[in-house]
Amino acid sequence: MRGQYLLALAIALFLGVFLIVPVATVVYVAFTEKGGGGLTLVNFLDFGRTDLFVRSFWNSVYVSAMTVVWASVLALPLAYLTTRFEFRGAMLVQTLGFLPLIMPPFVGAVAMQLLFGRNGSVNLLLDEWFDFKIGFMEGLNGVIFLQAIHYFPFILVNLSAALRNIDRSMEEAAQNLGSHGLRLFRRIALPLALPGYIAGASLVFVKVFDDVATPLLLNVKEMLAPQAYLRITSIGIDDPMGYVISVVLILVAVATMWATALVMKGKDYATTQRGGGGLARRKLRPREQALAYAVVFFILALVLAPHVGLVLLSFATVWSFSPLPDGYTLAHYTRVLGDSSVYIKNTLLYAGLAATIDVVIGGAIAYLVLRTRLRGRQWLDWAASTALAVPGVVLGIGYLRAFYGVNLPDGTPLATLWIVIVLAIAIRRLPYALRAAYAALQQISISLEEAAENLGATKARTVRRVVIPLMTGGLLAGFVTSFATAAVELSAVLILVQSNSDAPLAYGLYVLMQTPAGRGAGAALGVIAVLIVAVCMWLSQLAADRSQRARGLDI
Amino acid sequence: MSKPARAVGIEITGVNLSYGATHVLKDVALSIRPGEFFAFLGPSGCGKTTLLRLIAGFAQAQTGKVLLDGQDVAPLPPWKRDVGMVFQSYALWPHMTVAKNVAFGLEERRLPRREIDRRVAEALDLVGLSAFAERRPAQLSGGQQQRVAVARTIAIEPKVLLLDEPLSNLDAKMRVSVRRELRSLQQRLGLTTIFVTHDQEEANTICDRIAVMDAGTVQQVGTPMELYENPANLFVANFLGSANILDERAGVPIPAGKRLVFRPQHAALTSPEGAPLRGPVTHREFLGATVRYAVRIGESEVLIETPFQSGNEMRSVGDQVGVDLPPRRMLFLPA
Repeated sequence: MRGQYLLALAIALFLGVFLIVPVATVVYVAFTEKGGGGLTLVNFLDFGRTDLFVRSFWNSVYVSAMTVVWASVLALPLAYLTTRFEFRGAMLVQTLGFLPLIMPPFVGAVAMQLLFGRNGSVNLLLDEWFDFKIGFMEGLNGVIFLQAIHYFPFILVNLSAALRNIDRSMEEAAQNLGSHGLRLFRRIALPLALPGYIAGASLVFVKVFDDVATPLLLNVKEMLAPQAYLRITSIGIDDPMGYVISVVLILVAVATMWATALVMKGKDYATTQRGGGGLARRKLRPREQALAYAVVFFILALVLAPHVGLVLLSFATVWSFSPLPDGYTLAHYTRVLGDSSVYIKNTLLYAGLAATIDVVIGGAIAYLVLRTRLRGRQWLDWAASTALAVPGVVLGIGYLRAFYGVNLPDGTPLATLWIVIVLAIAIRRLPYALRAAYAALQQISISLEEAAENLGATKARTVRRVVIPLMTGGLLAGFVTSFATAAVELSAVLILVQSNSDAPLAYGLYVLMQTPAGRGAGAALGVIAVLIVAVCMWLSQLAADRSQRARGLDI
Repeated sequence: MSKPARAVGIEITGVNLSYGATHVLKDVALSIRPGEFFAFLGPSGCGKTTLLRLIAGFAQAQTGKVLLDGQDVAPLPPWKRDVGMVFQSYALWPHMTVAKNVAFGLEERRLPRREIDRRVAEALDLVGLSAFAERRPAQLSGGQQQRVAVARTIAIEPKVLLLDEPLSNLDAKMRVSVRRELRSLQQRLGLTTIFVTHDQEEANTICDRIAVMDAGTVQQVGTPMELYENPANLFVANFLGSANILDERAGVPIPAGKRLVFRPQHAALTSPEGAPLRGPVTHREFLGATVRYAVRIGESEVLIETPFQSGNEMRSVGDQVGVDLPPRRMLFLPA
């Protein structure tokens, strides 16, 4: 009992200091007069009176909403194809779901400019052949375009899972009563899959709304999250507007999640029953098959475009005003692996530490919640999960403000230490590791632990000898996922990095991409980042498979 | 709906159906009379559900025909067949209210709104769920959900009614009352109905005739009593009630290639002297109204059920007994 209390207390302290206090500081500053006066709403009035902020707010809403629309346009046909038809491309489409995890959208932003920009490859070819150009990347459109092709898999994965969970008899009953074709899809399958769709769509909305780096790399400044960053970095940490914007960002995230929860309430439509098994699949006729493949390859080409562009850019000598680079070189890689290798080293160190922290804390919280009767244990889970609603840039601002005044014995402010970056990343990724730990622990029958105790093992020894060995696979998968996503985390990092020598890869990439001379090296760094993350994903899949098999043998 | 519709007969001839290498239905031929309550009875995997789905249009046969009212239904897709099916899982749509579920088929038929409302009310009234029209399926008990599924199906006034294991998701007590409801509903509507089940008691209690199926073939068709009294083969004898089966080693004359079959309650225990069938008692189970003995005869074991009355002489395990079996109770069935 004492041990459990101490553990819970330590976690609560950690979450308090590194999540609650920074966020509370941000909220507090937003509501206080500049220069440390009393509580006030004047900052919010200022926000509402400043054209730039209001415009930025609506731009952000517009971009996020349009991203959801376009992402849905891409996801819907693919989900329909893979769940309703016997279609050989289904595997291909499903692996699309992993791509946005492998590379965040900002990494490909510059490459996409070169491919789809005003003077990019596609427009140059269009101009040459048909004498017109399309403004894919003009202003807000560029952000929408990039975000949509990056985030549509979130909708695809959720929607297809929802469609697959519809029992076959749901559709057959409708057919039996006289319904068929698209009308059947509209009246039965679509409404039943709606909760899954909404889950995916709200996730995309929030992600796009909070993204700092992608708009900035496309030189779009009039959006809310970039404004928060610019305000703090250009005017300083005493200016209240950065905090006001942060509060607005949190409110939008919370409101979106709350609205989603409200819509989803009472709509758990998982209808698969024993002996069921998904919608009835139909074979495609040859002509339909050709059309289906055309659609899939078109979307696949779009999705892979940033990756292809990035690889080309990383090998290019000069690439502008031409469909393809003028020549190819390995110079960028030698440069990156030479003097920029500190970025790679930092990334591995930061992501490794952050993922370790996440797995330890996530595993501990999962154990406390699921296996003990500690009062208020649920609060730990809720506190850790609130990190989902806190945009990275807000967390960064909060750290800066909360820890800048805290000095170490030698006089350096706490906020400038690299370990703060690690902690910020760890807090950001904690909810994912926590879910993985929950899943791992829930699969262990409690009787396995009771058996150990019955045979004389204490609680602590039971955890060590039974629980942790059985959770290893799940925890490992959680570690790798946390590691992979931490390796490309930027929005919190952007604010916290004080010097190049402390910067992780994502930051270096961002800086290099700002200048034409740095692009090649930035792209090379991007390719390396993608490789690191891809290897991690593959490892986590391997770990998950192995633990599945190990459990299979035990049962 | 309240007036019995003109009932329709079903003719099934020479149906063969395979999924890949598995031959699910083999030369199935059946004739179901108009207005009949008919059961497909058999163990799981015998093809009974597939045969039902074939009639509804959810499966395609390689050969053979299904005639509804004399008309071949093969070219008709499921939504044009007018064959009402109640699914084992009920398949109620969770995103619609009870009334919406029932209205669905009528809306698909583009009936005027007033007509739809009238028929929804009538169907719900028929199953006694008028008060639940605005509920969601998830708010109903299993038995109520089952009645919604039935109401949804009969609202379209189908030519025939197909029930796929409609009682399997109910608890034992509900089953008895629901099967009575189903029977009386069917009687009132005069609707040709096919009932798929693996439970012989369900089939016996509510159906006019039964087709016993095993391994994709129809073993025997008849009324419950015919099947019980005169099973055509060992499978039917065993599947409907319990049966003792003995071969020529038992000590009584049995025609070559046949087995002696008798029901446990048709034999009595006697003294072993002079009895052609005799052996030791190996088990005794007291069941209340009857006492069930197991007696070893040669290599086999037979069950004998005797009525229990207080004061009766009880046999003990190990006692040597004879089995008295009247010749008219002996059935000789092909091995």
